[in-house]
Amino acid sequence: MERAVSADHPGGVSRHHGRAAWRKKLAPYLLSLPAGVWLLVLFIVPLVIMLSTTLETCSPASGRCVMTWNWGELPHVVNMYRPQFYTSLLFAASATLIDLVISFPIAYWIAFYGGHKKNFFLIMLLVPFFVSFIIRTLVWEFILSDNGFVLHFLKGAHLVTANFHVLGTGYAVIAGLAYNYLPFTALPLYVAIERIDHRVLDAAYDLYANRRAAFLRVVLPLTIPGIFAAFLLTFIPAFGDYVNQEILGGTANTMIGTVIQNSFLVNSDYAGGSSLSVVLLAVSLLGIWLYARLLGSRTIEEYL
Amino acid sequence: MSVDTTPASATGRPARVAHRRRVGKFVLPTYSWLVIAYLVFPIIVMIVYSFNRVVAGLQLVSFTWNGFTTQWYQQWSNVPGLTSAFWLSIRLGIVSTIIATILGTFLAIALVRYRGRAFRGKVVMEQVLFLNIAAPEIVMGASLLALFVAMNVSRGFLTLVVSHVMFSIAYVAVTVRARLSGFDRSLEEAAYDLGANPVTTFRLVTLPLIMPGVMAGALMAFALSIDDFVTSNFVSGTSAPFPVWVYGASRVGTPPQVFVFGTVIFAVGIVLALTSLGLSRKKA
Repeated sequence: MERAVSADHPGGVSRHHGRAAWRKKLAPYLLSLPAGVWLLVLFIVPLVIMLSTTLETCSPASGRCVMTWNWGELPHVVNMYRPQFYTSLLFAASATLIDLVISFPIAYWIAFYGGHKKNFFLIMLLVPFFVSFIIRTLVWEFILSDNGFVLHFLKGAHLVTANFHVLGTGYAVIAGLAYNYLPFTALPLYVAIERIDHRVLDAAYDLYANRRAAFLRVVLPLTIPGIFAAFLLTFIPAFGDYVNQEILGGTANTMIGTVIQNSFLVNSDYAGGSSLSVVLLAVSLLGIWLYARLLGSRTIEEYL
Repeated sequence: MSVDTTPASATGRPARVAHRRRVGKFVLPTYSWLVIAYLVFPIIVMIVYSFNRVVAGLQLVSFTWNGFTTQWYQQWSNVPGLTSAFWLSIRLGIVSTIIATILGTFLAIALVRYRGRAFRGKVVMEQVLFLNIAAPEIVMGASLLALFVAMNVSRGFLTLVVSHVMFSIAYVAVTVRARLSGFDRSLEEAAYDLGANPVTTFRLVTLPLIMPGVMAGALMAFALSIDDFVTSNFVSGTSAPFPVWVYGASRVGTPPQVFVFGTVIFAVGIVLALTSLGLSRKKA
C-alpha cells in the first residue's frame, strides 16, 4: 500500500505521510522486537553458552577455560554414558510405540464418528493435563506400589506371585511415560485423520476395496505425516524425561535426563551436563530435520 | 441395524457397509471409552484418596483405605510450605502469562501481516519459535541455569518469571497466529478511513476481534506455567513453586493436602473447559 502511495507522489510526500510510512515500514520489527529479544537472551544465548562450554578445554590446575573447538567431547560423553542413552532410547521408543498403538483407534473414532461430540472427546483425551504432571506420576507410583491396591488384588487372586513387583522396574517407567505423553500422540493423529476426505474412502469402497485394503492403502498413507509428527512430539520429551524414571524407576535404569539433572543440580559438573544436553538437543534436531526432509518443513508446524 | 441380518446382496456392498457400521458403533466406541477410562483412572484414584483417613503417625498419604474423611479439605492450609508454594505458582502463572501473552500477540501480528521484504528475518523468527517448542525442556532448563550462574544472577521469583515467559511466548504466538489468519483486514481499513489512528484501531477494532485467540493463548501460557516442573526445578533456587515443592516433599512422604490441591485444580480446570465448550456450542 504505502509503496503505491510514494510512487504516486514522488518526492512530494508530506511530513506526516512520511512518518506514517516509516511507522508502517518499522511496524513488523517493532512488533516482534520484545519477543525476539526475550527469546534471544533467554533461549538462544543460553544454548550458545552451553555449546561453547562443551567445546572449551579447561585446565584442571588453574580452572581457566579456553575455546579449543573440541568437538571430540561429544562422542566422548556419548561413550561414557552409553548405557543411559540406550535406556532412554529403549524406554522412550517403547512408550511412543505403545502410545501410537493405543491412540490410533481412538483418534480414528473421534475423527470419523465423533460427530458433534468431537470437542467433548478431545477434552477427555486431554483430561490428564488438568492434573499436575508431578501429581499424575505420584499417583501412578501409588497405584503400582507393592502394597497398592492393584498388586494387592492381583496377589489376592493368585494371578501373580507374592514377590511380583512393578515399581522400580523399567516397565513402570515405560508405563508412566506412556500415560503422561499419550495426549501428545493422540492429538496429532486426530488432526491428520480428521483431515481425510471421506469421499476418498467412499471411492475406495466403490472400487471394491475391503476394509483392510481401504485402511492400509488409503487411511494409513494419508496419516503418515501425522504419525511421524506424533512420534516426534512424544519421543523427544520422553527421551529427555527424568521425572518418570526418578519416581517410578527407583535407582536402576538411569535415563540420560537424570544424568543431566544430577550434573547441574547435584554434582555442579556444568561441562559434563552441557555436553550431554548438546547431544540431547542434537538428537531432537536430527529427528525434526529428517521429518522436514522426508515430509516437507511446512507440514510439521500444522501439528503443533 | 436391520441390514446386519439380511444376507449380502448381489453387489456385496450393503454387507460391507453394515460391517463398517458395526465397527463404528460397537468395537471402536467400546475401545475408546476404555482408553478414556485409563486416562481418567489415576485422577479418580487421586480424588478418592484425598478423602482417605490417616490412622496414626505422620500425616502422609497411605496406600490402605482407612475410611472417609473431609479432614484434609478442612485443613487444606495446614502444610505451610505447600500453601506458600501454591500461591507462588499462582502469582508466577499470572505474571508470566500477562507478559507472554502481550509479547506473543505482537509477534503473531507481525508474523501474519508482513512477509518478504517488508519483514526480513521472518523465517528466522519462525524457526526460532519452532525450535523453542521442539527443544527438550531439560535442555532449556539446564541452559538457563548455566546462564544465570555465569551471569551471577541469584535464582528466585524473577528468574522463574523470565524463564516461564521464555517457554510460553512461542505457544501464545502460534495460537494467536492461527486465529489471526482468517482476519478481515477491511474492518481495520474502515477504522482508518474514519480517522482512527493505529493505536485506537488496534484497541477498538483489532483486539476485540482477535480476543478469543488471545485468551486461548493466555490459557495455554497459564497452564504451561502452573504445571511446569523441569525448567522451574533448575531456576527456582529456594523459592519452589507448587510442582517443585510437591516433588521434593514426595521423596520423603506426600501430605494428603497435595491430593486436595490436585483435586481442586482439576475441578476448576475441567469446569472451565466444559463451560467454554458449552458456550462455544451455544454460539454455533
